[in-house]
Amino acid sequence: MAIEVYDVNKRFGDFVALGDVSVPVDDGSLTALLGPSGSGKSTLLRVIAGLETPDSGRVVIDGDDVTDTPARERGVGFVFQAYAPFKHMTVRDNVAFGLRVRKHPKADTERRVAELLGLVRLDGLGDRYPSQLSGGQQQRMALARALAPQPHVLLLDEPFGALDAQVRAELRDWLRRLHDEIDVTTIFVTHDQEEAMEVAEQIVVMNRGRIEQIGAPRELYEHPSNEFVMSFIGPVNRLGGNTFLRPHDIEILAIDEAGGATEALVERVVHLGFEVRVELLLGDGERIWAQVTREQAAELELAEGQILATRFRSPRVFAAG
Amino acid sequence: MSSSVRQGSRASRYALRTIALGYLTLLLVLPLVALFYRTFEHGLAPVWAAVTAPYAVHAFWLSLELVAIAVPLNTVFGIGIALLLERHPFRGRSLVGALIDVPFAVSPVVIGLSLVLVYGDQGWFGTSLMAHGISVIFSVPGMVLATAFVSLPFVARETMPVLRELGTDSEEAAATLGASPWQVFWRVTLPAIRWAVTYGVVLTTARALGEFGAVSIVSGNVLGVTQTLPLYVKNEFDNFDVTGAYAASVVLALLTVFTLLFMQVLTRKARRAD
Repeated sequence: MAIEVYDVNKRFGDFVALGDVSVPVDDGSLTALLGPSGSGKSTLLRVIAGLETPDSGRVVIDGDDVTDTPARERGVGFVFQAYAPFKHMTVRDNVAFGLRVRKHPKADTERRVAELLGLVRLDGLGDRYPSQLSGGQQQRMALARALAPQPHVLLLDEPFGALDAQVRAELRDWLRRLHDEIDVTTIFVTHDQEEAMEVAEQIVVMNRGRIEQIGAPRELYEHPSNEFVMSFIGPVNRLGGNTFLRPHDIEILAIDEAGGATEALVERVVHLGFEVRVELLLGDGERIWAQVTREQAAELELAEGQILATRFRSPRVFAAG
Repeated sequence: MSSSVRQGSRASRYALRTIALGYLTLLLVLPLVALFYRTFEHGLAPVWAAVTAPYAVHAFWLSLELVAIAVPLNTVFGIGIALLLERHPFRGRSLVGALIDVPFAVSPVVIGLSLVLVYGDQGWFGTSLMAHGISVIFSVPGMVLATAFVSLPFVARETMPVLRELGTDSEEAAATLGASPWQVFWRVTLPAIRWAVTYGVVLTTARALGEFGAVSIVSGNVLGVTQTLPLYVKNEFDNFDVTGAYAASVVLALLTVFTLLFMQVLTRKARRAD
Protein backbone atom coordinates (compact mmCIF):
# COMPACT_ATOMS: atom_id res chain seq x y z
CA MET A 1 0.00 0.00 0.00
CA ALA A 2 1.53 3.32 -1.08
CA ILE A 3 -0.43 5.84 0.93
CA GLU A 4 -2.39 5.28 4.11
CA VAL A 5 -4.26 7.98 5.93
CA TYR A 6 -5.43 7.07 9.45
CA ASP A 7 -8.10 8.90 11.45
CA VAL A 8 -7.05 12.34 10.33
CA ASN A 9 -8.81 15.31 11.91
CA LYS A 10 -8.39 18.91 10.86
CA ARG A 11 -10.30 21.95 12.03
CA PHE A 12 -10.09 25.55 10.89
CA GLY A 13 -11.56 27.40 13.85
CA ASP A 14 -15.01 25.90 14.32
CA PHE A 15 -15.10 24.44 10.83
CA VAL A 16 -14.39 20.72 10.67
CA ALA A 17 -12.46 20.30 7.42
CA LEU A 18 -11.65 16.62 8.06
CA GLY A 19 -13.33 14.36 10.61
CA ASP A 20 -11.80 10.93 11.29
CA VAL A 21 -10.73 10.43 7.72
CA SER A 22 -9.03 7.15 6.80
CA VAL A 23 -8.10 6.30 3.23
CA PRO A 24 -6.00 3.48 1.81
CA VAL A 25 -4.44 4.04 -1.60
CA ASP A 26 -2.81 1.18 -3.52
CA ASP A 27 0.71 1.47 -4.87
CA GLY A 28 0.65 2.75 -8.43
CA SER A 29 -3.08 3.37 -8.48
CA LEU A 30 -5.02 6.38 -9.73
CA THR A 31 -7.45 7.68 -7.13
CA ALA A 32 -9.96 10.52 -7.24
CA LEU A 33 -11.10 12.48 -4.20
CA LEU A 34 -14.62 13.45 -5.20
CA GLY A 35 -16.97 15.78 -3.40
CA PRO A 36 -18.72 19.14 -3.44
CA SER A 37 -16.83 22.27 -2.44
CA GLY A 38 -16.15 22.42 1.27
CA SER A 39 -16.15 18.63 1.54
CA GLY A 40 -12.53 18.57 2.69
CA LYS A 41 -11.05 16.92 -0.40
CA SER A 42 -8.44 19.60 -1.04
CA THR A 43 -7.53 19.71 2.65
CA LEU A 44 -6.98 15.95 2.61
CA LEU A 45 -4.72 16.31 -0.42
CA ARG A 46 -2.75 19.06 1.32
CA VAL A 47 -2.44 16.93 4.46
CA ILE A 48 -0.97 14.10 2.39
CA ALA A 49 1.47 16.56 0.76
CA GLY A 50 2.53 18.01 4.11
CA LEU A 51 1.22 21.48 3.26
CA GLU A 52 -1.30 21.21 6.07
CA THR A 53 -0.66 19.69 9.50
CA PRO A 54 -3.49 17.48 10.80
CA ASP A 55 -4.73 18.08 14.35
CA SER A 56 -4.58 14.34 14.90
CA GLY A 57 -4.13 11.18 12.86
CA ARG A 58 -1.30 9.78 10.76
CA VAL A 59 -0.14 9.79 7.18
CA VAL A 60 1.99 6.91 5.94
CA ILE A 61 3.75 6.91 2.57
CA ASP A 62 5.52 3.77 1.36
CA GLY A 63 5.48 2.37 4.88
CA ASP A 64 7.07 5.45 6.50
CA ASP A 65 5.09 7.56 8.93
CA VAL A 66 5.52 11.02 7.41
CA THR A 67 3.03 12.86 9.65
CA ASP A 68 5.82 15.03 11.06
CA THR A 69 7.95 15.18 7.90
CA PRO A 70 8.01 18.57 6.17
CA ALA A 71 6.62 18.78 2.64
CA ARG A 72 10.03 19.16 1.04
CA GLU A 73 11.18 15.77 2.35
CA ARG A 74 8.09 13.75 1.46
CA GLY A 75 8.96 13.05 -2.16
CA VAL A 76 5.54 14.18 -3.26
CA GLY A 77 4.77 15.98 -6.51
CA PHE A 78 1.98 18.52 -6.19
CA VAL A 79 0.12 20.25 -9.00
CA PHE A 80 -1.86 23.29 -7.91
CA GLN A 81 -5.25 24.26 -9.23
CA ALA A 82 -3.91 27.57 -10.59
CA TYR A 83 -0.63 25.82 -11.61
CA ALA A 84 1.47 28.11 -9.35
CA PRO A 85 4.09 28.75 -12.03
CA PHE A 86 7.34 30.53 -11.11
CA LYS A 87 6.57 33.53 -13.31
CA HIS A 88 10.09 34.93 -13.40
CA MET A 89 11.55 31.67 -14.71
CA THR A 90 11.40 30.14 -18.17
CA VAL A 91 9.50 26.92 -18.69
CA ARG A 92 12.80 25.03 -18.67
CA ASP A 93 13.89 26.61 -15.35
CA ASN A 94 10.48 25.89 -13.86
CA VAL A 95 10.79 22.20 -14.71
CA ALA A 96 14.43 22.07 -13.56
CA PHE A 97 13.65 23.73 -10.20
CA GLY A 98 13.14 20.56 -8.18
CA LEU A 99 16.39 19.08 -9.51
CA ARG A 100 18.45 22.23 -8.97
CA VAL A 101 17.43 22.78 -5.36
CA ARG A 102 18.57 19.23 -4.73
CA LYS A 103 21.92 19.92 -6.41
CA HIS A 104 21.30 17.33 -9.10
CA PRO A 105 24.22 17.00 -11.57
CA LYS A 106 23.92 19.63 -14.31
CA ALA A 107 24.14 17.46 -17.40
CA ASP A 108 21.63 15.00 -16.01
CA THR A 109 19.26 17.83 -15.09
CA GLU A 110 19.31 19.12 -18.65
CA ARG A 111 18.71 15.68 -20.06
CA ARG A 112 15.82 15.02 -17.70
CA VAL A 113 14.20 18.40 -18.35
CA ALA A 114 14.36 17.84 -22.11
CA GLU A 115 12.84 14.38 -21.64
CA LEU A 116 10.00 15.76 -19.48
CA LEU A 117 9.24 18.62 -21.86
CA GLY A 118 8.85 15.94 -24.53
CA LEU A 119 6.63 13.88 -22.29
CA VAL A 120 4.25 16.79 -21.69
CA ARG A 121 4.52 17.88 -25.34
CA LEU A 122 6.14 21.24 -24.65
CA ASP A 123 9.32 20.65 -26.64
CA GLY A 124 10.44 23.87 -28.28
CA LEU A 125 8.69 26.02 -25.65
CA GLY A 126 11.43 25.70 -23.01
CA ASP A 127 12.63 29.29 -23.37
CA ARG A 128 9.19 30.83 -22.99
CA TYR A 129 7.84 32.34 -19.81
CA PRO A 130 4.69 30.91 -18.18
CA SER A 131 2.69 34.01 -19.15
CA GLN A 132 3.35 33.16 -22.80
CA LEU A 133 1.68 29.76 -22.48
CA SER A 134 -1.99 28.80 -22.73
CA GLY A 135 -3.80 27.43 -19.69
CA GLY A 136 -3.44 23.84 -20.88
CA GLN A 137 0.28 24.33 -21.57
CA GLN A 138 0.84 25.87 -18.14
CA GLN A 139 -0.96 22.90 -16.64
CA ARG A 140 1.36 20.49 -18.44
CA MET A 141 4.40 22.54 -17.41
CA ALA A 142 3.27 22.32 -13.78
CA LEU A 143 2.93 18.56 -14.21
CA ALA A 144 6.42 18.20 -15.72
CA ARG A 145 7.82 20.32 -12.87
CA ALA A 146 6.15 18.10 -10.28
CA LEU A 147 7.41 14.93 -11.98
CA ALA A 148 11.01 16.09 -12.42
CA PRO A 149 12.35 14.98 -9.01
CA GLN A 150 10.75 11.54 -9.61
CA PRO A 151 8.21 11.62 -6.77
CA HIS A 152 6.69 8.44 -5.37
CA VAL A 153 3.36 10.17 -5.19
CA LEU A 154 1.69 12.67 -7.51
CA LEU A 155 -1.06 14.86 -6.10
CA LEU A 156 -3.24 17.08 -8.29
CA ASP A 157 -5.69 19.66 -6.94
CA GLU A 158 -8.61 20.16 -9.37
CA PRO A 159 -6.18 19.66 -12.25
CA PHE A 160 -8.66 20.43 -15.00
CA GLY A 161 -10.88 22.90 -13.19
CA ALA A 162 -9.73 26.08 -14.88
CA LEU A 163 -9.64 24.79 -18.44
CA ASP A 164 -12.32 24.93 -21.11
CA ALA A 165 -14.32 21.82 -21.84
CA GLN A 166 -12.46 20.58 -24.91
CA VAL A 167 -8.95 20.99 -23.48
CA ARG A 168 -10.20 19.36 -20.31
CA ALA A 169 -11.40 16.24 -22.08
CA GLU A 170 -8.11 16.00 -23.96
CA LEU A 171 -6.01 16.39 -20.81
CA ARG A 172 -8.06 13.83 -18.89
CA ASP A 173 -7.46 11.28 -21.54
CA TRP A 174 -3.77 12.18 -21.63
CA LEU A 175 -3.38 12.00 -17.84
CA ARG A 176 -4.91 8.55 -17.89
CA ARG A 177 -2.36 7.35 -20.44
CA LEU A 178 0.51 9.16 -18.74
CA HIS A 179 -0.32 7.37 -15.52
CA ASP A 180 -0.01 4.02 -17.28
CA GLU A 181 3.40 5.06 -18.62
CA ILE A 182 5.16 6.47 -15.58
CA ASP A 183 4.01 4.31 -12.68
CA VAL A 184 3.48 6.83 -9.89
CA THR A 185 0.76 6.62 -7.27
CA THR A 186 -1.61 9.43 -8.24
CA ILE A 187 -4.40 11.17 -6.34
CA PHE A 188 -6.44 13.97 -7.83
CA VAL A 189 -9.17 16.14 -6.43
CA THR A 190 -12.29 16.88 -8.43
CA HIS A 191 -15.88 17.96 -7.92
CA ASP A 192 -16.88 16.54 -11.29
CA GLN A 193 -18.23 13.00 -10.94
CA GLU A 194 -17.90 12.30 -14.66
CA GLU A 195 -14.23 13.24 -14.55
CA ALA A 196 -13.69 10.97 -11.53
CA MET A 197 -15.55 8.07 -13.19
CA GLU A 198 -13.64 8.46 -16.43
CA VAL A 199 -10.11 8.83 -15.09
CA ALA A 200 -9.86 7.10 -11.71
CA GLU A 201 -9.50 3.47 -10.73
CA GLN A 202 -10.67 4.22 -7.23
CA ILE A 203 -12.97 7.01 -6.06
CA VAL A 204 -13.15 8.40 -2.54
CA VAL A 205 -16.46 10.22 -2.12
CA MET A 206 -16.28 12.97 0.50
CA ASN A 207 -18.91 15.18 2.08
CA ARG A 208 -18.63 17.66 4.94
CA GLY A 209 -15.18 16.53 5.97
CA ARG A 210 -16.09 12.86 6.07
CA ILE A 211 -15.70 9.88 3.78
CA GLU A 212 -19.01 8.62 2.42
CA GLN A 213 -17.71 5.70 0.40
CA ILE A 214 -14.58 4.34 -1.24
CA GLY A 215 -14.69 2.08 -4.26
CA ALA A 216 -14.19 1.51 -7.96
CA PRO A 217 -16.32 3.79 -10.18
CA ARG A 218 -18.67 1.00 -11.21
CA GLU A 219 -19.09 -0.26 -7.68
CA LEU A 220 -20.04 3.21 -6.47
CA TYR A 221 -22.52 3.63 -9.26
CA GLU A 222 -24.13 0.26 -8.82
CA HIS A 223 -23.89 -0.12 -5.05
CA PRO A 224 -23.93 3.32 -3.50
CA SER A 225 -23.90 2.97 0.26
CA ASN A 226 -26.10 5.98 0.91
CA GLU A 227 -28.27 8.66 -0.55
CA PHE A 228 -25.42 11.17 -0.86
CA VAL A 229 -23.21 8.88 -2.92
CA MET A 230 -26.10 7.80 -5.12
CA SER A 231 -27.13 11.34 -5.95
CA PHE A 232 -23.59 12.67 -6.28
CA ILE A 233 -22.30 9.95 -8.54
CA GLY A 234 -25.11 10.08 -11.09
CA PRO A 235 -28.59 11.44 -11.81
CA VAL A 236 -31.28 10.28 -9.46
CA ASN A 237 -35.04 10.45 -8.79
CA ARG A 238 -36.40 10.47 -5.29
CA LEU A 239 -39.62 8.60 -4.77
CA GLY A 240 -41.82 8.76 -1.69
CA GLY A 241 -39.24 9.58 0.96
CA ASN A 242 -36.31 7.18 0.94
CA THR A 243 -36.61 5.36 -2.36
CA PHE A 244 -34.11 6.37 -5.03
CA LEU A 245 -34.08 5.48 -8.66
CA ARG A 246 -31.73 6.14 -11.59
CA PRO A 247 -33.52 7.73 -14.58
CA HIS A 248 -32.41 4.90 -16.85
CA ASP A 249 -33.96 2.39 -14.45
CA ILE A 250 -37.42 3.69 -15.29
CA GLU A 251 -38.93 1.57 -18.00
CA ILE A 252 -41.62 3.21 -20.14
CA LEU A 253 -44.24 1.02 -21.75
CA ALA A 254 -47.36 1.52 -23.80
CA ILE A 255 -50.32 1.40 -21.45
CA ASP A 256 -51.86 -1.78 -22.95
CA GLU A 257 -48.68 -3.89 -22.48
CA ALA A 258 -48.38 -3.11 -18.85
CA GLY A 259 -49.63 -5.35 -16.10
CA GLY A 260 -49.44 -3.88 -12.63
CA ALA A 261 -47.37 -0.90 -13.74
CA THR A 262 -47.70 2.71 -12.55
CA GLU A 263 -49.41 5.10 -14.89
CA ALA A 264 -47.72 8.35 -15.73
CA LEU A 265 -48.47 11.47 -17.73
CA VAL A 266 -45.74 12.72 -20.09
CA GLU A 267 -45.19 16.39 -19.24
CA ARG A 268 -42.21 17.12 -21.40
CA VAL A 269 -39.90 15.36 -23.85
CA VAL A 270 -36.34 16.68 -24.27
CA HIS A 271 -34.21 15.37 -27.12
CA LEU A 272 -30.50 15.39 -26.26
CA GLY A 273 -29.17 13.44 -29.23
CA PHE A 274 -28.87 9.77 -28.40
CA GLU A 275 -30.53 10.29 -25.03
CA VAL A 276 -34.11 11.42 -24.62
CA ARG A 277 -35.24 12.83 -21.30
CA VAL A 278 -38.87 12.28 -20.39
CA GLU A 279 -40.45 14.23 -17.56
CA LEU A 280 -43.31 12.31 -15.98
CA LEU A 281 -46.10 13.10 -13.56
CA LEU A 282 -47.14 10.08 -11.51
CA GLY A 283 -50.64 9.31 -10.25
CA ASP A 284 -49.75 10.30 -6.68
CA GLY A 285 -48.58 13.74 -7.85
CA GLU A 286 -44.84 13.01 -7.81
CA ARG A 287 -42.64 14.18 -10.66
CA ILE A 288 -39.75 12.07 -11.95
CA TRP A 289 -37.71 11.94 -15.10
CA ALA A 290 -36.68 8.96 -17.17
CA GLN A 291 -33.86 8.47 -19.61
CA VAL A 292 -34.63 6.49 -22.76
CA THR A 293 -32.82 6.03 -26.06
CA ARG A 294 -33.86 7.73 -29.29
CA GLU A 295 -35.13 4.41 -30.62
CA GLN A 296 -37.32 3.74 -27.61
CA ALA A 297 -38.74 7.25 -27.81
CA ALA A 298 -39.55 6.78 -31.47
CA GLU A 299 -41.12 3.38 -30.89
CA LEU A 300 -43.41 4.73 -28.17
CA GLU A 301 -44.11 7.88 -30.22
CA LEU A 302 -43.50 9.91 -27.06
CA ALA A 303 -45.36 13.20 -26.93
CA GLU A 304 -46.44 15.62 -24.27
CA GLY A 305 -49.83 14.86 -22.73
CA GLN A 306 -49.55 11.15 -23.43
CA ILE A 307 -50.43 8.63 -20.73
CA LEU A 308 -48.02 5.72 -20.39
CA ALA A 309 -47.10 2.98 -17.98
CA THR A 310 -43.83 2.94 -16.04
CA ARG A 311 -41.99 0.12 -14.34
CA PHE A 312 -39.11 0.65 -11.89
CA ARG A 313 -35.98 -1.48 -12.06
CA SER A 314 -33.78 -1.84 -8.96
CA PRO A 315 -35.02 1.02 -6.81
CA ARG A 316 -32.84 1.66 -3.74
CA VAL A 317 -34.03 2.41 -0.26
CA PHE A 318 -31.68 4.14 2.21
CA ALA A 319 -32.28 4.65 5.88
CA ALA A 320 -33.25 8.22 6.59
CA GLY A 321 -30.36 10.49 7.51
CA MET B 1 -27.94 66.69 -26.86
CA SER B 2 -25.34 64.00 -26.53
CA SER B 3 -22.69 66.14 -28.24
CA SER B 4 -23.28 68.98 -25.81
CA VAL B 5 -22.82 66.52 -22.97
CA ARG B 6 -19.56 65.42 -24.53
CA GLN B 7 -18.46 69.03 -24.98
CA GLY B 8 -19.37 69.73 -21.40
CA SER B 9 -17.30 66.80 -20.24
CA ARG B 10 -14.45 67.93 -22.46
CA ALA B 11 -14.59 71.42 -20.98
CA SER B 12 -14.60 70.03 -17.47
CA ARG B 13 -11.72 67.76 -18.38
CA TYR B 14 -9.66 70.77 -19.47
CA ALA B 15 -10.68 72.65 -16.36
CA LEU B 16 -9.55 69.74 -14.18
CA ARG B 17 -6.27 69.51 -16.01
CA THR B 18 -5.64 73.25 -15.65
CA ILE B 19 -6.41 73.19 -11.95
CA ALA B 20 -4.15 70.19 -11.34
CA LEU B 21 -1.26 71.63 -13.35
CA GLY B 22 -1.70 75.08 -11.82
CA TYR B 23 -1.61 73.59 -8.34
CA LEU B 24 1.55 71.65 -9.12
CA THR B 25 3.17 74.70 -10.71
CA LEU B 26 2.50 77.00 -7.79
CA LEU B 27 3.46 74.47 -5.18
CA LEU B 28 6.30 72.54 -6.76
CA VAL B 29 7.62 73.81 -10.05
CA LEU B 30 7.86 77.54 -9.35
CA PRO B 31 9.75 77.25 -6.06
CA LEU B 32 12.19 74.78 -7.61
CA VAL B 33 12.70 76.98 -10.67
CA ALA B 34 13.26 79.98 -8.39
CA LEU B 35 15.76 77.98 -6.37
CA PHE B 36 17.75 77.00 -9.45
CA TYR B 37 17.52 80.53 -10.85
CA ARG B 38 18.78 82.18 -7.69
CA THR B 39 21.53 79.61 -7.28
CA PHE B 40 23.02 80.09 -10.71
CA GLU B 41 22.21 83.82 -10.96
CA HIS B 42 25.86 84.80 -10.75
CA GLY B 43 27.27 81.94 -12.76
CA LEU B 44 28.87 78.65 -11.82
CA ALA B 45 31.97 79.84 -9.94
CA PRO B 46 30.35 80.93 -6.66
CA VAL B 47 28.16 77.80 -6.66
CA TRP B 48 31.18 75.59 -7.13
CA ALA B 49 33.02 77.38 -4.35
CA ALA B 50 30.01 76.96 -2.05
CA VAL B 51 29.49 73.24 -2.64
CA THR B 52 33.20 72.46 -2.32
CA ALA B 53 33.48 74.31 1.01
CA PRO B 54 34.82 71.80 3.58
CA TYR B 55 31.72 71.84 5.79
CA ALA B 56 29.45 71.38 2.76
CA VAL B 57 31.49 68.43 1.56
CA HIS B 58 31.44 66.94 5.03
CA ALA B 59 27.67 67.34 5.27
CA PHE B 60 27.28 65.72 1.86
CA TRP B 61 29.30 62.65 2.85
CA LEU B 62 27.59 62.38 6.22
CA SER B 63 24.20 62.38 4.52
CA LEU B 64 25.33 59.62 2.19
CA GLU B 65 26.74 57.69 5.15
CA LEU B 66 23.39 57.81 6.96
CA VAL B 67 21.64 56.62 3.80
CA ALA B 68 24.19 53.84 3.34
CA ILE B 69 23.46 52.49 6.83
CA ALA B 70 19.75 53.23 7.30
CA VAL B 71 18.57 52.04 3.88
CA PRO B 72 20.03 48.49 4.02
CA LEU B 73 18.79 48.18 7.61
CA ASN B 74 15.28 49.16 6.68
CA THR B 75 15.35 46.99 3.55
CA VAL B 76 16.16 43.84 5.53
CA PHE B 77 13.79 44.78 8.32
CA GLY B 78 11.04 45.84 5.89
CA ILE B 79 11.14 42.54 3.98
CA GLY B 80 11.28 40.64 7.26
CA ILE B 81 8.30 42.39 8.80
CA ALA B 82 6.30 42.08 5.55
CA LEU B 83 6.96 38.32 5.47
CA LEU B 84 6.08 38.01 9.14
CA LEU B 85 2.80 39.89 8.77
CA GLU B 86 1.72 38.28 5.50
CA ARG B 87 3.03 34.75 5.85
CA HIS B 88 3.00 33.98 9.57
CA PRO B 89 -0.14 35.53 11.00
CA PHE B 90 -0.02 35.80 14.78
CA ARG B 91 -1.99 37.38 17.58
CA GLY B 92 -1.33 41.10 17.67
CA ARG B 93 -0.61 41.18 13.96
CA SER B 94 -2.77 44.25 13.39
CA LEU B 95 -1.05 46.05 16.26
CA VAL B 96 2.35 45.51 14.64
CA GLY B 97 0.85 46.60 11.32
CA ALA B 98 -0.27 49.84 12.93
CA LEU B 99 3.10 50.33 14.66
CA ILE B 100 4.91 50.31 11.34
CA ASP B 101 2.95 53.41 10.35
CA VAL B 102 3.96 55.40 13.43
CA PRO B 103 6.86 57.12 11.60
CA PHE B 104 4.33 58.30 8.99
CA ALA B 105 1.95 59.59 11.59
CA VAL B 106 4.22 61.19 14.17
CA SER B 107 6.11 64.42 13.54
CA PRO B 108 9.87 63.81 13.06
CA VAL B 109 10.60 66.34 15.78
CA VAL B 110 8.69 64.20 18.26
CA ILE B 111 10.61 61.16 17.07
CA GLY B 112 13.88 63.01 17.66
CA LEU B 113 12.83 64.05 21.16
CA SER B 114 11.74 60.55 22.11
CA LEU B 115 15.06 59.14 20.93
CA VAL B 116 16.82 61.63 23.18
CA LEU B 117 14.64 60.49 26.07
CA VAL B 118 15.74 56.89 25.61
CA TYR B 119 19.35 57.22 24.44
CA GLY B 120 20.34 60.67 25.73
CA ASP B 121 22.77 61.00 28.66
CA GLN B 122 19.77 61.28 31.03
CA GLY B 123 17.83 58.61 29.13
CA TRP B 124 16.88 55.01 29.95
CA PHE B 125 19.70 53.35 28.04
CA GLY B 126 21.83 56.44 27.67
CA THR B 127 23.41 56.26 31.11
CA SER B 128 24.61 52.68 30.77
CA LEU B 129 25.70 53.27 27.17
CA MET B 130 27.70 56.26 28.32
CA ALA B 131 29.34 54.11 30.99
CA HIS B 132 30.62 51.89 28.19
CA GLY B 133 31.91 54.86 26.28
CA ILE B 134 29.19 54.77 23.62
CA SER B 135 27.49 58.04 22.88
CA VAL B 136 24.38 57.83 20.76
CA ILE B 137 22.84 61.25 20.99
CA PHE B 138 24.77 64.15 19.43
CA SER B 139 26.74 61.67 17.35
CA VAL B 140 26.38 59.51 14.25
CA PRO B 141 24.73 56.42 15.87
CA GLY B 142 21.80 58.56 17.03
CA MET B 143 21.47 60.11 13.61
CA VAL B 144 21.39 56.65 12.04
CA LEU B 145 18.64 55.69 14.50
CA ALA B 146 16.63 58.81 13.67
CA THR B 147 17.06 58.33 9.93
CA ALA B 148 16.16 54.66 10.14
CA PHE B 149 13.12 55.48 12.28
CA VAL B 150 11.59 58.03 9.92
CA SER B 151 12.20 55.95 6.78
CA LEU B 152 11.11 52.65 8.30
CA PRO B 153 7.67 52.01 6.75
CA PHE B 154 8.41 52.24 3.03
CA VAL B 155 9.86 48.83 2.17
CA ALA B 156 7.37 46.95 4.37
CA ARG B 157 4.38 48.94 3.08
CA GLU B 158 5.38 48.50 -0.58
CA THR B 159 6.08 44.80 -0.20
CA MET B 160 3.08 43.66 1.84
CA PRO B 161 0.33 44.06 -0.81
CA VAL B 162 2.51 42.36 -3.42
CA LEU B 163 3.13 39.41 -1.11
CA ARG B 164 -0.60 39.18 -0.43
CA GLU B 165 -1.45 39.20 -4.11
CA LEU B 166 1.27 36.67 -4.89
CA GLY B 167 -0.36 34.14 -2.55
CA THR B 168 1.35 31.09 -1.14
CA ASP B 169 0.89 28.67 -4.06
CA SER B 170 4.26 29.16 -5.71
CA GLU B 171 6.07 29.05 -2.36
CA GLU B 172 4.26 25.83 -1.47
CA ALA B 173 5.03 24.42 -4.90
CA ALA B 174 8.73 25.16 -4.31
CA ALA B 175 8.56 23.42 -0.92
CA THR B 176 6.99 20.26 -2.39
CA LEU B 177 9.79 20.30 -4.99
CA GLY B 178 12.34 19.98 -2.19
CA ALA B 179 13.35 23.61 -1.59
CA SER B 180 14.35 24.63 1.93
CA PRO B 181 12.70 27.76 3.40
CA TRP B 182 15.87 29.69 2.58
CA GLN B 183 15.84 28.47 -1.03
CA VAL B 184 12.13 29.29 -1.31
CA PHE B 185 12.85 32.85 -0.20
CA TRP B 186 15.81 33.47 -2.51
CA ARG B 187 14.54 31.65 -5.58
CA VAL B 188 10.79 32.20 -5.48
CA THR B 189 9.61 34.89 -3.04
CA LEU B 190 12.32 37.52 -3.50
CA PRO B 191 12.24 37.48 -7.32
CA ALA B 192 8.47 37.87 -7.17
CA ILE B 193 8.60 40.91 -4.88
CA ARG B 194 11.79 42.47 -6.25
CA TRP B 195 10.11 45.47 -7.89
CA ALA B 196 8.12 46.30 -4.78
CA VAL B 197 11.29 46.09 -2.70
CA THR B 198 13.20 48.29 -5.17
CA TYR B 199 10.42 50.85 -5.12
CA GLY B 200 10.46 50.81 -1.33
CA VAL B 201 14.24 51.21 -1.26
CA VAL B 202 14.09 54.23 -3.55
CA LEU B 203 11.43 55.90 -1.39
CA THR B 204 13.42 55.05 1.74
CA THR B 205 16.51 56.64 0.21
CA ALA B 206 14.70 59.81 -0.78
CA ARG B 207 13.14 60.10 2.67
CA ALA B 208 16.43 59.40 4.48
CA LEU B 209 18.31 61.96 2.39
CA GLY B 210 15.85 64.71 3.12
CA GLU B 211 15.21 64.08 6.83
CA PHE B 212 15.55 67.23 8.89
CA GLY B 213 13.45 67.31 12.06
CA ALA B 214 14.42 64.15 13.89
CA VAL B 215 18.07 64.34 12.86
CA SER B 216 18.33 68.01 13.83
CA ILE B 217 17.28 67.24 17.40
CA VAL B 218 19.37 64.11 17.79
CA SER B 219 22.52 65.42 16.14
CA GLY B 220 23.11 68.58 18.15
CA ASN B 221 23.89 70.15 14.78
CA VAL B 222 27.65 70.48 15.22
CA LEU B 223 29.18 72.13 12.15
CA GLY B 224 31.48 69.76 10.32
CA VAL B 225 30.77 66.93 12.75
CA THR B 226 27.10 65.99 12.96
CA GLN B 227 25.68 68.17 10.23
CA THR B 228 23.88 66.51 7.34
CA LEU B 229 23.09 68.25 4.08
CA PRO B 230 19.60 69.43 5.11
CA LEU B 231 20.99 70.70 8.43
CA TYR B 232 23.78 72.48 6.58
CA VAL B 233 21.25 74.18 4.31
CA LYS B 234 19.30 75.46 7.30
CA ASN B 235 22.52 76.58 9.00
CA GLU B 236 23.74 78.54 5.99
CA PHE B 237 20.32 80.08 5.56
CA ASP B 238 20.22 81.20 9.20
CA ASN B 239 23.68 82.71 8.81
CA PHE B 240 22.55 84.72 5.74
CA ASP B 241 24.97 82.82 3.52
CA VAL B 242 22.36 82.62 0.79
CA THR B 243 24.65 81.26 -1.92
CA GLY B 244 25.82 78.44 0.33
CA ALA B 245 22.25 77.57 1.30
CA TYR B 246 20.99 77.62 -2.28
CA ALA B 247 23.90 75.66 -3.66
CA ALA B 248 23.57 72.93 -1.04
CA SER B 249 19.81 72.86 -1.62
CA VAL B 250 20.37 72.28 -5.29
CA VAL B 251 22.71 69.38 -4.55
CA LEU B 252 20.11 67.88 -2.21
CA ALA B 253 17.30 68.43 -4.69
CA LEU B 254 19.33 66.87 -7.50
CA LEU B 255 20.18 63.81 -5.38
CA THR B 256 16.51 63.24 -4.64
CA VAL B 257 15.40 63.93 -8.18
CA PHE B 258 17.92 61.41 -9.49
CA THR B 259 16.67 58.84 -6.99
CA LEU B 260 13.10 59.38 -8.12
CA LEU B 261 14.03 59.34 -11.80
CA PHE B 262 15.86 56.09 -11.19
CA MET B 263 12.60 54.76 -9.74
CA GLN B 264 10.65 55.88 -12.82
CA VAL B 265 13.06 53.99 -15.05
CA LEU B 266 12.81 50.93 -12.85
CA THR B 267 9.02 50.90 -12.73
CA ARG B 268 8.88 51.21 -16.49
CA LYS B 269 11.28 48.30 -16.78
CA ALA B 270 9.25 46.33 -14.27
CA ARG B 271 6.05 46.91 -16.18
CA ARG B 272 7.72 45.67 -19.34
CA ALA B 273 9.08 42.60 -17.57
CA ASP B 274 5.71 41.45 -16.21
